[in-house]
Amino acid sequence: MSSLPDLICPAGSLPALKAAVDNGADAVYLGFKNDTNARNFAGLNFDQKNMTEGIRYAHAKGREVLLAINTFPQAGRVGDWQKAVDAAVDQGVDAIILADVGLLDYARQRHPQQRLHLSVQGSATSYEAINFCQREFGIKRAVLPRVLTLAQVENVIKNTTVEIEVFGFGSLCVMNEGRCWLSSYACGESPNTVGACSPAKYVKWDKQPGAMETRLNGILIDRFGDAEAAGYPTLCKGRFEVQGETYYALEEPTSLNVISILPEIMKIGVRAIKVEGRQRSPAYVTQVTRTLRAALDALAEGSERFHVKPAWQAELAKVSEGSQATLGAYSRPWR
Amino acid sequence: MNQSFTIPKFRLPAIIASIGQKLPQWPHTLTLVAGLNAALKMKLLPESELEALEDKLFRVRVLDTGGEASYTYRGGLFHPVFRPEREPDLAFAANLSAFLQLLARQEDPDTLFFNRELEITGDTELGLIVKNMLDAVEWPSLPKLPLFSR
Repeated sequence: MSSLPDLICPAGSLPALKAAVDNGADAVYLGFKNDTNARNFAGLNFDQKNMTEGIRYAHAKGREVLLAINTFPQAGRVGDWQKAVDAAVDQGVDAIILADVGLLDYARQRHPQQRLHLSVQGSATSYEAINFCQREFGIKRAVLPRVLTLAQVENVIKNTTVEIEVFGFGSLCVMNEGRCWLSSYACGESPNTVGACSPAKYVKWDKQPGAMETRLNGILIDRFGDAEAAGYPTLCKGRFEVQGETYYALEEPTSLNVISILPEIMKIGVRAIKVEGRQRSPAYVTQVTRTLRAALDALAEGSERFHVKPAWQAELAKVSEGSQATLGAYSRPWR
Repeated sequence: MNQSFTIPKFRLPAIIASIGQKLPQWPHTLTLVAGLNAALKMKLLPESELEALEDKLFRVRVLDTGGEASYTYRGGLFHPVFRPEREPDLAFAANLSAFLQLLARQEDPDTLFFNRELEITGDTELGLIVKNMLDAVEWPSLPKLPLFSR
């Protein structure tokens, strides 16, 4: 019998952290207020004081705090990332989520007792890559990129003793995780370098009669009619003219939602389910955490009796980006 | 968070907006600015991010009441701007219910934005700073309002 996966929820601010803890997250993940994490947006994230308070709050209620240092050290500034690792250890976080092999090595050598997780940005999709990181850096958990089918996730789990964490809810992108440079193509900055995809200073929402245009560094990437749902201003979710037709040439704004396959996820031995969205507000964290907690608690009562409540799906659909939620790569009949 | 009441999504009849536009705009502008300055006094807004607001012109427009308020931040205080002489650096527009849902932390601004219930125009980074600043505020717990209890 597999155990219930942990629910890992995002926190971009102290109120969001408290909302996650109060609504049933087993762990929260967060980042420092700088480019060592991939949600480096103005006004978001934690300074030392807020982090101390957040960790105290979570630990007092028996929950874990995971810290993401999931961007890649930039030339000449490797020390900034190493200092972030040291600061995370000083803060007493339960685990550090790392993507870069150099930083994994640094953390392992300098802080051998610190629990390390391999970030989704580490882009390890095979058990060979994960087992390598276990052997070399002692990672205890790996977050899988959102490109594997459920059968492939199961195969990874069968061939490793590293805990496996998968994404369960949130906005989807092209998911070339840890390797995506699309944002740099338009504005010279991308998640892996400055910690933000489509940084806000390059984004312009232009209201026109009957429509809204989205521009990224001056490049028109989408135009929404007044009745159309909008999405994040990323190139992968833009509409482009291709051979005389204008459409979502890369992908449509879409959200992942795995509630309907929770029993299978538990059965194959997934250790933790992650919710995307450190850039979102405490209201989102409350709604998503509460809903997934209710679904996981229902699952704990027996997977045979588990059925998806329409109210859960309605709550999650409301906060979703784009007009559709999908199972992403988990369900892909073709090979 | 107080979950005992929820603010429904609603839209006031169009006639209200057409009347509202003709009414003086100073009462709600003063109310808004007084509220913001009260939050400043209680040190709820982080000083590090307030610097980014210096001398910026903001406009909040409530579409279905026809009300709008312009204000700026200067020298550590918010000030009303009754006759703005330029386009705002940052403008928010939404129906009253969306603003109330945001204030009550009942809905997430990204959700309202995706659903086209909240319009943000102007300097996007400034918008993000304001959004994240308000998200990070730990509001003192409010007394239960009997008006909203069910």
